[in-house]
Amino acid sequence: MDNNIIQVKNLTKKFKEFIAVNNVSFEVKKNEIFAFLGPNGAGKTTTIKMLTTLLDPTSGEIFLNGFDALKEKNEARKSFGIVFQDPSLDDELTAFENMQFHAVLYNVKTNSLRQKIIELLDFVELQDRKDALVKTFSGGMKRRLEIARGLLHHPKILFLDEPTLGLDPQTRNKIWDYIKNLNKTEGITVFFTTHYMEEAENIAQRVAIIDHGKIVAKETPEQLKKLTKSTSLEKAFLALTGKKIRDEEVTGQDIMRNHRRMWRHR
Amino acid sequence: MNAIYILWLRQLKRYFRAKARIIGSLGQPLLFLIALGFGFGPIYQKAGQGNYLDFITPGIIAMSILFTSVFFGIEIIWDKQFGFLKETLVAPVSRFNIMLGRTLGGATVSTLQGVIVLVLSTIFGFRFHNLAMLPVALLFMFLIALVFTGLGTAIGSKLDDMQGFQLIMNFLIMPLFFLSGALFPLSGLPKALVIVASIDPLSYGIDGIRGALVGASHFNMFVDFGVLGILTVILLALGAYFFSKVQI
Ligand SMILES: Nc1ncnc2c1ncn2[C@@H]1O[C@H](COP(=O)(O)OP(=O)(O)OP(=O)(O)O)[C@@H](O)[C@H]1O
Ligand SMILES: [Mg+2]
Repeated sequence: MDNNIIQVKNLTKKFKEFIAVNNVSFEVKKNEIFAFLGPNGAGKTTTIKMLTTLLDPTSGEIFLNGFDALKEKNEARKSFGIVFQDPSLDDELTAFENMQFHAVLYNVKTNSLRQKIIELLDFVELQDRKDALVKTFSGGMKRRLEIARGLLHHPKILFLDEPTLGLDPQTRNKIWDYIKNLNKTEGITVFFTTHYMEEAENIAQRVAIIDHGKIVAKETPEQLKKLTKSTSLEKAFLALTGKKIRDEEVTGQDIMRNHRRMWRHR
Repeated sequence: MNAIYILWLRQLKRYFRAKARIIGSLGQPLLFLIALGFGFGPIYQKAGQGNYLDFITPGIIAMSILFTSVFFGIEIIWDKQFGFLKETLVAPVSRFNIMLGRTLGGATVSTLQGVIVLVLSTIFGFRFHNLAMLPVALLFMFLIALVFTGLGTAIGSKLDDMQGFQLIMNFLIMPLFFLSGALFPLSGLPKALVIVASIDPLSYGIDGIRGALVGASHFNMFVDFGVLGILTVILLALGAYFFSKVQI
């Protein structure tokens, strides 16, 4: 019990009639790297939003680092950092300013904050662009900046919602090495989602698979492969969730997402 | 405290960096000033009411503050999904402080926008009644900005997508402006219109600015100040309440 840094009990989220997350329970141990996998629209992001106090569940309980994430929101927020699936940078600020802003919000007290920011920007190879406005960055550069920002303060739990989406293999490897190292040296618990199964297979110590809002498996990657008699996690994933492509209902937010894409591509 | 300051600073940086947007948003007030100020000037003068440009300048200043403030609040809808808001909402900073920093920043920017309109209007011939009253006018401008940034924040927090936006513009913001006495004196009007105007909070803001800049007010500058002061508190509280309930 004490060993579980994330504890989720009977978590449910309904959007009107639609049940996006359906009576989900799981726990993540301290210092674990945990992958939360599932097809498009399975409910991964919705679950992460509830875990990170952005969305109130319809029912259920969430404990983060011993704090009730529904009642002691501020305490819970001090315990985690997050890289979102959707963009969350300020396009009108520079890369450096975005980092600085994060440091103030999280009260990062290092006597060499500037140094630390430059180090991280250097790590994601954005150091030479540090004073450029974020709106001039490519998608991959923005993603790298978001990750660097997420690593600026060292929380107990790090949530990563498809952190490596749209990044090249070099960058992906580099970032995962850094995160694995953080996990090892600082004991940070990592909770991530991804659609790259080989990533999950290589990095995660334990995996939960969610489909249609329900958890269908919670095992180590090895056990999952054994259970489904598969040779890779990808095959195990397909065996558990089927081959059908998911059609999602279009929400107002999806419409905005499309508008945004159109604007971007001008 | 630090978080409030940096949220405020962020709004100012964004404002000054978007030069094209500043210029773009001055188009409408300028058009109103020129077309109405000069277009209706002669009739207004003939009716024995004095200088119309002087009369509408406070109204046009208030208009640009109103629009800038409300837009700013409504930006939250967009910001929720694709913007920076998520980053602030998961930070260990109270929602009240986030709302306060954001709102103060937005209100400062709107007030600046009003100041630019005031400066431009002097080019077209606006005359200060008493320059010493300028700080009082600025105070009223800032209060208007706070009231409507609060209102915008409440609306933006409540709505989930842009679909309701047109409705809000046409049935709330436009009437607030046109029924406020921004463009016409409130004396000698049909009773119904006077009642509507005295319910419209913007009327008091415009009246306050007019009292300070032109030296003529319909209600009374202390009444204006009292009404706006109370509304500021109410709408900021309302904005803070809805903002604290924001779900993403
Ligand atoms: N605000 C909302 N209103 C209505 N439905 C929503 C809302 N947010 C999400 N949904 C729906 O809930 C379901 C789960 O969405 P979620 O974003 O959690 O999926 P996901 O597992 O993260 O998918 P992906 O891999 O595509 O990111 C989807 O069907 C989605 O359309
Ligand atoms: Mg998702």
